[in-house]
Amino acid sequence: MTAVAARYAELRALDVEVLSVSTDSRFVHKIWQADELERMVPGGVPFPMLSDQNGRIGEIYGVYDEAAGVDLRGRFLIDPDGVIQAMEVLTPAVGRNVDELIRQVQAFQHVRATGEVTPSGWRPGQTALHPSPDLAGAVWKVWRPQQGQ
Amino acid sequence: MPENDDGCVSTARGPIGGNAKAAPARQEEREVTAVTARVGAAAPDFEASALVAGRFKNLRLSDYLGHWVVLCFYPGDFTFV
Repeated sequence: MTAVAARYAELRALDVEVLSVSTDSRFVHKIWQADELERMVPGGVPFPMLSDQNGRIGEIYGVYDEAAGVDLRGRFLIDPDGVIQAMEVLTPAVGRNVDELIRQVQAFQHVRATGEVTPSGWRPGQTALHPSPDLAGAVWKVWRPQQGQ
Repeated sequence: MPENDDGCVSTARGPIGGNAKAAPARQEEREVTAVTARVGAAAPDFEASALVAGRFKNLRLSDYLGHWVVLCFYPGDFTFV
């Protein structure tokens, strides 16, 4: 969570609100914040830390591990209409990539603002595509896979 | 958002609407809840207790309509992968 906290200013600049959720109680969140997070991120984690103590929220999001009694590492990007645009679920041993999260936010915001679609690896300023029948079979004229790297 | 800086015993509703079920009275009554989170579909609403700027509050996902939201689940406090 501190990796997300460290990039929080960038996310806020994109009008993104972050909510973290685990099966820990809010009391444990408070002690974790005071005991450890504030030593890793100035001021501690700046976003709300939610408690899903019985896993029921994780269940409807498909991330609750009943055997372990915890929520798996799941990340959901939700647009201003409350629609899930992206999700990523990882087993606990591998952490997230905040760069990719921010890239996806930028891409989904571009799509929402312009109606264009973004090819693989798209970043702001790069060519996006206008979906139309004319584009069928003609993507090669305007975009190459190397651009997504 | 409600200003309820609650104490020890306040409960949050958890999932709201959709396939959400009321909290079971006993563990053995717990049923498998259908997963309702899918891309392109409405994010299931819920209410949860939270630590917000050092205070305790109940929050709903629907409080954030009109904004982009990143909802991050993680396995537990004091873990650091």
